[in-house]
Parts: sequence; C-alpha cells; structure tokens
Amino acid sequence: MLNQLRPALVLLIALSAITGLAYPLAMTGIAGAIFPAKAAGSLIERDGKVVGSSLIGQSFTQAGYFHGRPSATSAADPADAGKTVPSPYNAANSSGSNLGPTSAALAERVKGELDGLRAENPGKPVPVDLVTTSGSGLDPDISPDAALFQVPRIAKARSLPEDRVRSLVEAQVQGRLLGILGEPRVNVLALNLALDGSGSK
Amino acid sequence: MTINGWIQIALFCAVVLALARPLGGYMTRVFTGERTFLSPVLAPVERGLYRVAGIDARQEQHWLTYALAMLAFHVLGFLALYALLRFQAVLPFNPDGQSAVAPDLAFNTAASFVTNTNWQNYGGETTMSYLTQMLGLTHQNFLSAATGIALAVALVRGFSRASAATVGSFWVDLTRTTLYVLLPICVVYTLFLVSQGIPQTLGGAVEATTLEGAKQTIAVGPVASQVAIKMLGTNGGGFFNVNAAHPFENPTALSNFIQIVSIFAIGAALTNVFGRMVGDERQGWAILAAMAVLFLAGVTVVYLAESAGSPVLNGLGLTGGNMEGKEVRFGIVASALFAAVTTAASCGAVNAMHDSFTALGGMIPLINMELGEIIVGGVGAGLYGILVFVIVTIFVAGLMVGRTPEYLGKKIEAKEVKMAMLAILCLPLMMLGFTALASVVAAGLAGPANAGPHGFSEILYAFTSAAANNGSAFGGLTGNTLFYNTTLGLGMLFGRFFVIVPALAIAGSLAAKKTVPASAGTFPTHGGLFVGLLVGVILIVGGLTFFPALALGPIVEHLAGGLGQTFAAGG
Repeated sequence: MLNQLRPALVLLIALSAITGLAYPLAMTGIAGAIFPAKAAGSLIERDGKVVGSSLIGQSFTQAGYFHGRPSATSAADPADAGKTVPSPYNAANSSGSNLGPTSAALAERVKGELDGLRAENPGKPVPVDLVTTSGSGLDPDISPDAALFQVPRIAKARSLPEDRVRSLVEAQVQGRLLGILGEPRVNVLALNLALDGSGSK
Repeated sequence: MTINGWIQIALFCAVVLALARPLGGYMTRVFTGERTFLSPVLAPVERGLYRVAGIDARQEQHWLTYALAMLAFHVLGFLALYALLRFQAVLPFNPDGQSAVAPDLAFNTAASFVTNTNWQNYGGETTMSYLTQMLGLTHQNFLSAATGIALAVALVRGFSRASAATVGSFWVDLTRTTLYVLLPICVVYTLFLVSQGIPQTLGGAVEATTLEGAKQTIAVGPVASQVAIKMLGTNGGGFFNVNAAHPFENPTALSNFIQIVSIFAIGAALTNVFGRMVGDERQGWAILAAMAVLFLAGVTVVYLAESAGSPVLNGLGLTGGNMEGKEVRFGIVASALFAAVTTAASCGAVNAMHDSFTALGGMIPLINMELGEIIVGGVGAGLYGILVFVIVTIFVAGLMVGRTPEYLGKKIEAKEVKMAMLAILCLPLMMLGFTALASVVAAGLAGPANAGPHGFSEILYAFTSAAANNGSAFGGLTGNTLFYNTTLGLGMLFGRFFVIVPALAIAGSLAAKKTVPASAGTFPTHGGLFVGLLVGVILIVGGLTFFPALALGPIVEHLAGGLGQTFAAGG
C-alpha cells in the first residue's frame, strides 16, 4: 500500500487544484465576462436600488400586488437563536414544507388558504399552486390561472378596470419552451413591476 | 396527466438514447488509451501528472492493487475534506462568514461526498464557505464520479480479457476520466447553465429591498460550476439547501431538461462502452433494455400518482394533482420525471420535495434505490451494479438447465456468484438494519417530522438513500444529529465500499479466466429472453427483500390516505 501513497497524494493535490480551484475560478471569470448579469444572480434594479432577482420569488402581502405561492422558508428566531420562525421567501435559506400526503398539518394549512381565497373570489375554483408551498420556498412563478384568479382583487385595490389588469397578466404569460418543455407560468415580480409601471398605483 | 406530459417523457428517453452511442464511442477511446480530439491539449497535462506522481501509465495493476490504490486515494480524500470542513472559518473565499462545521456533521459530509452520495445534513447556503463548495465539494464530485467510472471499466476489462493478471491502472483510469470526460463536458455545461440564469460569482449574498419595502437577502455563489458536475457525475449535492428546486440551481424548463439528461448520459453510454469493449455492442443494448423496462415502469407510476394527487387534499376540493413541494416552472411531469431519474441513477439531486410526494409517488424513488440503483445508475456504479445482477441471472439460468453458466465466454463459477451475492446483500443489510435500529431508539425516533407511516418512510428513505449512495431525502427528517450523522455516514461508507471491493474481486477473477467459445448450448445474452430474466432476477432478488418495509411505510400510507385519514405530529 505504501508505494501507492505517492500517486495518491500527488493526484489528490493536483486534481484538487484543477477541479476544485482552476475549474470553478476559470468558469467564474469566463461566465462573468460573457453573461455578467446572469452570473451575478439576474438582479433587477429600480431607481438604482436592487429590488430582487428575476429568478427569486419575494413575499407579497398587499392587496394591490399579485401574490406568489405560499412559502415554507424560515429564519432564525430573533428572540431565540436556537429556534426558527416562518419567514416566507427567505432567499438565504431555501426550504420546502416537507409535509407528507397524510399530514394533518398540511391538510389544515391548505384548508386555511382555501377558505381565504374562496372568500376573496367566490365561486371560482382555486388553482392548486396558490395553496401549496413550492419546493424551494422561492418559486418566482405562479400559473396563469393563479394570476387570473387574483385579477378582481388587484383591480379593486388599484381602482383599475379588470380588463386592463387581465391584459397585463396575459402579456406576462410565458409558454412552454417550443410548446413542449416546462409549464406555462407568470413571473410574479415581473408582473408586479409591470403593474407598478402601468402608472396605476 | 396530459399528452404533453408523455411527450416530455418520450423526448427525454429519445435524447438519452441518441447520446448513448456517440458518447460511448468517445469514452471507449478514452479508456483504451487511444488518442481523442482533445489529446493535443490534454495529453501534455496527463503526462505531466504521471511524471510528478511517479506513475508508469503502461504498468497495470492486479485487482487487489487496484482496490488498494482506490482505497488509499479515498482515505486521503476523506481526511482532506474533513480538515477543510473543520477549518473553513479561517480559510479564504468565505464572504458570508460561515463558521467551522461541527465534527459529526463534518464526518457525515466527508463520507457523503467521498462515496458519491452527497447526502446533505446541512443547508449549503447557511453552512458552507465558497472554498468548501469548490475545493471540497466540487472537487469530490469529480473524483467520486471518476472513481465510479474507473471501477466499472475495470470490471468490464474482467469480461473482455482472457488469461490476464491485471484489470488496468486505477491512477490512469482516474486521471483520464477526469481530464478527458468529466472536465471538458463540465466547462461547456457550466456556461450553458449560466446562460440559463445560474449564478457563478465569488461575491457574497445580495441585499435587496422588495417592492413592498422588506429586506431580502439573496444567497448567490459559484453555483453553476458545481451544478454541472453534480448532475453529470450523478453526485447530486446541491449548492443550496433545496438543490435543483432552487431557482438559482435550475432556473428554466430547458436547464431542467438538460440536467435530467445529464444525470443519465454517462451511465447510459457506459452500457455502450461495455458492449464495445467486449466486442459485441448488442450485449450493451440488452443491459440498457433491461434498465429501460424498469425505468419506464417507475416513471409511469410516479407520473400517474402525482397527477392524481393526494386524496386528503383532493377531499378539500383541490384539483390539478399534487403541487405541494413542486415548482410551477416544472409542474407535475418534469418533477415526476426528475424524481424517477435521480433515484434510478445515484444522483440524488431533487427538483421537488420527495417528502411531499404522494405515498405511491414517493415509493418509486425508494424502490429505485433499493434495487441498488442499477437502472442506468450512478456513473460507473450503475454498470458494475447491474453486472453483478447479470452474474446472478446467468447463474440462475444455468441452474435451470443444469449447465455451468457462462457469460461472454467466461465460465461463471462459485467465486463470482459468492462475490455477487455479497455485494447484493450488503445493501438490504445497511438499509433495513439501520432503519430497524432508528425505529426503536429514541435518538432515531426524534428524527422524523411527519407522523404515522410517513414518519417511518422518512427513516427508511434516509438509510436507503445513504447505503445506495443516492443522497436524495425525505427532507423532513432532522438528520443533523449525532445519531443520524454517524449511522448515515457508516451506511454510506459500507454501501459504497462493500459493493466496490467484491465487484473488483469479480473483475480480477474473470480476467484470469480463459475465454470459452460459444456453443449451441450457450445461453444468448443479447435477446429478449435474457432481458426478461434479468429484470425478473433484479425484482425478485433485489426487490422482494424490501416488501415488508414498504408495506409499513408507503403502502399503508396510501391505504390510509385513500380513506381520508391524516396523522398529526406530536399526537
């Protein structure tokens, strides 16, 4: 075994340097040169300030904004660092709910969300993505149905005709890639920026 | 389920199949030491490495020396990674000020990455410095993948050689796989991933002010370079806590599709390498066909189950399938496909939370791993894993007709069958043994987040994933405890090396044998009968062991959920 030590040691160090330093650092340099905005995290600026990333969902609670999906992310409790408190769309600590299909907690949570949404828009079927948490807790998208579901609330809060809000939504719908891959969706942050930009606040 | 869903699945299968032969041809040239189109650039680097390391590239190794070289390399790699984790706080590239990793978590993580498992008892963005992510984790992603491929090639040489004393050189196989296969693909792949929106930066987390005026801290990092190798090398260890569900690890439908393809690409191509090296490509296609049968059955069940959704939530009036723990941009089908692929291979990356899958949808990933991840499987590990099953299949076929079994001209005798069974039995021992232990001791029972049968499934999934070197999880389980860090770490080490060493012993034993010419009595191993028999042996020998455990977890949960029963944690 001893005569295998030299190759083991040398290859470990050399391949570490190649795959663990040279490769990621070179890729950082090249990627930064070719795709600077994307390599930095697809950040969106408004009036010179970073308002988020186009890929990362953020928490919306005001009636005048489209809401994203429920998020299961948490953060350290400011009162007790050993515990965590819910902190939706915490982009420094991604997490799903990890509640299973027979979880009573999940059924209760979904029921609560459902009741709220049904009260907001009676008679309309509630899109499934509006009452379920995403895998990452940072899902930037909702389904087109989920966006359209919220149109009456937005129109009322912003005193806009529903048709105008609906056409804003329709302009933001991204279809499947080549009509095949992925699912149709609406980026919530982009939609809300478009909403703010439509001069209607 | 929709027509579009089936089209997405069919397109995936077509692309993987189309890649198998060209990639297999290229890799065969790499493993047989021939020149490739990259040789002008890489050959000098390769020669330089050998010179400094004192390696004679022409000197091959006996299987025992090969195994010892592999083990020596892993011991050193383990120690280096452990040290890096413990000292990351005082090392550079730590803009977010991550502190040192605790000893038990460092042990678990080092075992996890050295064994190609990439089980993560930590959240990447809250625990690991950029240096650890690059020099520790990205680096081990390369080397554990290269090791798996090297071992598979050594076993293939056992079949393709006659009266030989050696099975190749571990150092050469390791170096050539890293330089000629993994690294060049990853360079191109990383740039593609960045073009889709995956960050690649050394800057620290970004502070944003949301439209509603709240503060949002957005973790970034050198993500793309790690994602490329974690998928291609079937490692699966995410940069972020939620892995490929995180929009920064998997931003678009296209990035998702390419990531799923890249999980299977090398493993599927290795069956073609096998066919080429034994001089009959049909032998490789037969093995790939058996894998395909099992894969399609699995993905169909997951897709149907997730489309149907959870009876409990459907009872509240929800329609549209099970979207809990899934991302909108992937939806049901791309999440189901990803889950089936990542557990069929030993990848373990996830783009949706398996813990929140329906009972049956979550059972397929479990079964895929319990079968030993031989459905395409981990890079290299899948091929040597299924060849072990092939040996048992040939043995069973031989018993049926009362004739000494042979495969590719090699007589399969007591030693090979014993070693094959040793490798096969190791997995259920680790998976079920540790699950049983964790289900009765307090430290184990403290782990699950869900109550009832799903809590048991969380424990079973953890040890299954660890021993199979998968790394995906039912993430509700709190694994970062002394008990789970230790037992899962041991499960990973045994699950890796107690399969590898018997596989190498088989390689050495086969290489030393003469080749006997095929006769009228030889069982043809490239036809449908063989494929059917192989699938049967995999399910009966590899799968049936787990039926009682599955009955206690997902099956009973499926039945309870169908009756609308729920389970409250802490009750």
